Amino acid sequence: MEHIPLNFPFLAAMLLVGISLYIIVFKRNLIKLVMGVAILSSAINLFLVSLGYRAGGVAPIYTDAPEGSMVLPVPQALTLTNIVIGVAVLALMLTLVIHIYRNTGDIDSHKSRILKG
Amino acid sequence: MDYLVTHSPALIVALPLLAAFAIPLISRLGPRVRAVLCLAVLGLVAALVAILAVDVHAVGIRLYTFGATAPEMALPGGYMVPVRIMFEVDGMSIFMGIVITTVAVASLIYSLQFLNGQTGQARFYSLMMLLYVGMMGLAFTGDMFNMFVFLEIASIAGTGLAAYRTNMADAVEGGFKYIVISAVSALMVLLAIGILYAQYNVLSIAALAHYMQYTTLDMMALGLLAGAFVMKLAGVPLHMWAPDTYTVAPAGTTPMILAASYTSMYALYRITFTLYGGHIDTAAIGWIVIIVGVLSMFVGVMMAVHQTDIKRMMAYHAISQGGYMLLGVGVGLAVIADPVALANYGRDAMNGGIFHIINHVFYKAMLFMTAEAIFFRVGTRDTNKMGGLARNMKWTAIFYAIGALAISGIPPFNGFASKLLIYQTVLSFNPVLSVIAMFVSLVTLASFAKVFYSAFTGPEMPGYKEVREVPKSMLIGMGILAACIILFGIFPGLIVDTIVAPATEALINQAPYINAVMGAAP
Repeated sequence: MEHIPLNFPFLAAMLLVGISLYIIVFKRNLIKLVMGVAILSSAINLFLVSLGYRAGGVAPIYTDAPEGSMVLPVPQALTLTNIVIGVAVLALMLTLVIHIYRNTGDIDSHKSRILKG
Repeated sequence: MDYLVTHSPALIVALPLLAAFAIPLISRLGPRVRAVLCLAVLGLVAALVAILAVDVHAVGIRLYTFGATAPEMALPGGYMVPVRIMFEVDGMSIFMGIVITTVAVASLIYSLQFLNGQTGQARFYSLMMLLYVGMMGLAFTGDMFNMFVFLEIASIAGTGLAAYRTNMADAVEGGFKYIVISAVSALMVLLAIGILYAQYNVLSIAALAHYMQYTTLDMMALGLLAGAFVMKLAGVPLHMWAPDTYTVAPAGTTPMILAASYTSMYALYRITFTLYGGHIDTAAIGWIVIIVGVLSMFVGVMMAVHQTDIKRMMAYHAISQGGYMLLGVGVGLAVIADPVALANYGRDAMNGGIFHIINHVFYKAMLFMTAEAIFFRVGTRDTNKMGGLARNMKWTAIFYAIGALAISGIPPFNGFASKLLIYQTVLSFNPVLSVIAMFVSLVTLASFAKVFYSAFTGPEMPGYKEVREVPKSMLIGMGILAACIILFGIFPGLIVDTIVAPATEALINQAPYINAVMGAAP
């Protein structure tokens, strides 16, 4: 029973990856597609943060540090970077969706599609 | 001079990055100042790339560790693992650097007059510099996480450029497709990086390769990385975005986005050869690469034949030509464990595959530029509506003809040199593959000849009497690439010996790459 709480975040992350890939591949609404990418990004953030968790570890802040071994903050740094990049990508995607809506009057990927063949 | 050589890997990325953010400010002083700044920065960076290339050719791998007391010091005193961010430039990295820089210079010069009168030019040049930074960083980085960051920089900048003409519905759609596949593949890469970090607690490629155990989790990471990069390089069956994105991007940037695809190919090679080298089942992985290559070659060319949109046709040919590169390198990978076969034909097959990257980027970049030159003057990309354009656009017609002959592998142009290497070596490996490669080349020639006749020859069309040749800067941009194509076609041996062979050697032999970082580790 002791292992379940530790493995649970990884299972949740993989479940989220699966859900997001399903959304990205099968949903026709472009806003939902953007949401799928956002979920994928969050799933990977969850994965990275769970990687960095060490039971009983102490945050690597030297001021008034409590007793115990400090954790290496690399996964947290990766997560922060990914959050920042994710915001940029989402903003860009939503901008393009707005442009698609203005140009074609639709955000259904089957109806707004021009390029094919 | 020493100082320049030592710090060139950092400067090559830092200067365009600074320029990217300075351009919107400098633009307030007028377009002329901005053009001078862009040209000066890229010219300076090109000189640095040349200096670095000479150094790498003469001395070997150049390491740059950020924040270390000496840039070559990968392992801080007392540490056994590299903890700092570093650039590691070997033969393959500098090869990509040369490809990207040449294309960037030609694209920039081409864009100067191509953009006249358009709005948002400041942002255009900013994004162009950022795309350049992303590609160069991806080629130079020695660190998995930076690979992800630079991949994202290149993706975001590439999307901005592809969707630059937001008033056109198809441009926005092409840009949107690019960002979706880029975001998904970059996140897959990050997931794989997380898996690798969880096991080895390092991010440096050399250190990861040093500690690699090839567990089940590593195999999953390899699958994620390979899938992501094949999607980014538009290999069939993950190619669906490429025709759309290449078609709609403005001409100055299509070559850059094309180069970004091949930078992803570089990342794929770096992963399979350096990171997983010596652990994977090379024959099986090699065959997978060969199959993806042959599929890309065949599907790409078959889709290209019936296109009426000139840029879309070229985009499908880009997918098809990417197949040749994968075929050559795949053959090398399949026989890498067999020293006799490697010496007999494997190494030359890889030379051919890698040589084809530089050749293809040059002629396809020029072809995209000629297509957009027609669009610039005539206002259509539909080949059925063109005709007799050679009368008024002589230079564009000549450049198109050079590109068409080069892509079909006709001597004395550069496509012939690399394709011949691929045909010969693949023939010793498996004759069927070689026959397919030659057949694809024939269809390519047919398809380009058809477009040449329908667009450039024939009677003068009444609507196009007033069509003039494109402005000078566009001709110079195409001319630079045309000169490279002819030079590479006349002196293929020289190019293979100086820049291609070191790249192949860097891929085949992973030990120097690892030792440059981990050499001092116990």
